[in-house]
Amino acid sequence: MASLKDLRNRIRSVRSTQKITSAMKMVAASRLRRAQEQALAARPYAERMERMLGSLAANLRNQPNAPRLLAGTGKDETHLLLVATSDRGLAGGFNASILREARRTLRSLQRDGKTVKLFTIGRKGRDALRRDHIKLIVESLTEIGRPRLTFANAEDIAARLVERFEAGEFDVCTVIFNRFKSAISQIVTRQQLIPFAVPEGADKDKADVKGAIYEFEPEEDEILAGLLPRNLAVQIFTALLENGASEQGARMTAMDNATRNAGEMIDRLNITYNRSRQAAITKELIEIISGAEAL
Amino acid sequence: MADKVKFELVAPEKLLLSEDVAMVVVPGVEGNFGVLPGHALLISTVRPGIIDVYADDQRSVSQRIFVSGGFAEVTPERCTVLADEALPVGEIDRSVAESEAKEAESRLAGLKDQAARATGDDKSEALAQLRTAERHLAAAQAKLEALLAAAH
Repeated sequence: MASLKDLRNRIRSVRSTQKITSAMKMVAASRLRRAQEQALAARPYAERMERMLGSLAANLRNQPNAPRLLAGTGKDETHLLLVATSDRGLAGGFNASILREARRTLRSLQRDGKTVKLFTIGRKGRDALRRDHIKLIVESLTEIGRPRLTFANAEDIAARLVERFEAGEFDVCTVIFNRFKSAISQIVTRQQLIPFAVPEGADKDKADVKGAIYEFEPEEDEILAGLLPRNLAVQIFTALLENGASEQGARMTAMDNATRNAGEMIDRLNITYNRSRQAAITKELIEIISGAEAL
Repeated sequence: MADKVKFELVAPEKLLLSEDVAMVVVPGVEGNFGVLPGHALLISTVRPGIIDVYADDQRSVSQRIFVSGGFAEVTPERCTVLADEALPVGEIDRSVAESEAKEAESRLAGLKDQAARATGDDKSEALAQLRTAERHLAAAQAKLEALLAAAH
């Protein structure tokens, strides 16, 4: 049996843990709101960009001189996985779910005889993947978007990707991140970045302006050459924003649970503490009484 | 004017403007173009400059917005500008714009030097950096010009 002092210490330590988790929960909640707003604000640009690119890409896709970011290298040998995780832990299953998906993708690609390379964003992803796949990691970035994720961050990553792509280091690039659905639900998403996958809706949208042909200023391919890298940056930006919101959401939920668990534990410990205190008092009383009786 | 064109100005980080206007004048790479309702389908690259928004009629400018570059898509009903960076002309800070221009200029000089000396792979990278710096400088200068134009 634990002594009364042990129990008291235990209660005190759980209580301070609870204070920490509840503070973390509140911080995550306020960050979540900000991240959500940011993700929402960035959506119009991504949508418009997609629409514009959809109408452009459909015309050019099958031409022999189509840009490689759109048409691909014509091969499917080397895959680059862009694994976006967080820098901090204590976010529930947030990083674990991304990493699980990353590992699964990696294994299935390797089974098909493809070469896989990894590009990690965030400390957690780097640390976890470094353990088994250190040779596959070509680049790692940490502390992206502190204190605030800007478009320039995404542009920087896009530039690094394009550089490697131009150098022929990979054929297909896919990003793995958590899409934000709500504070309690995040969906692990895999999205192909290079070659650019024309969204399903684009063709339908095109039907509205059937037969109409866009005029281009300057030439089509020149616009596309500018638009494609930009679109890559936009997609990365969107993914990182979604990831940021998901991280805070996951952390908020995890910390909420932890706070509640700590509360329950304190209640339980309190009961045990009170009982053993009572038991000790009773025992002392019995001793005194039987001592008095013996006289 | 009954007919209006839906004008949208979006920056990567947020939707800046979305309203029905009578006309907009956009600085395209191959010259400014005005967009009226019923404009032909067009996709154009935007150079650094000023977008003039004519909200009610085609005579008076209601808003002037500086953009540092981007893309524009025009259809008969709408005009969408995807700007790299956008700022209402009134909010341009002269000292900030000047220091940006100065910084871009000095970096450009440094890069030119570097590009001249570099070889092989380094060379293409240096040239790419050089082009980016040139773009920044052009944007900063356009910003200053916009400021001067607004002052008159």
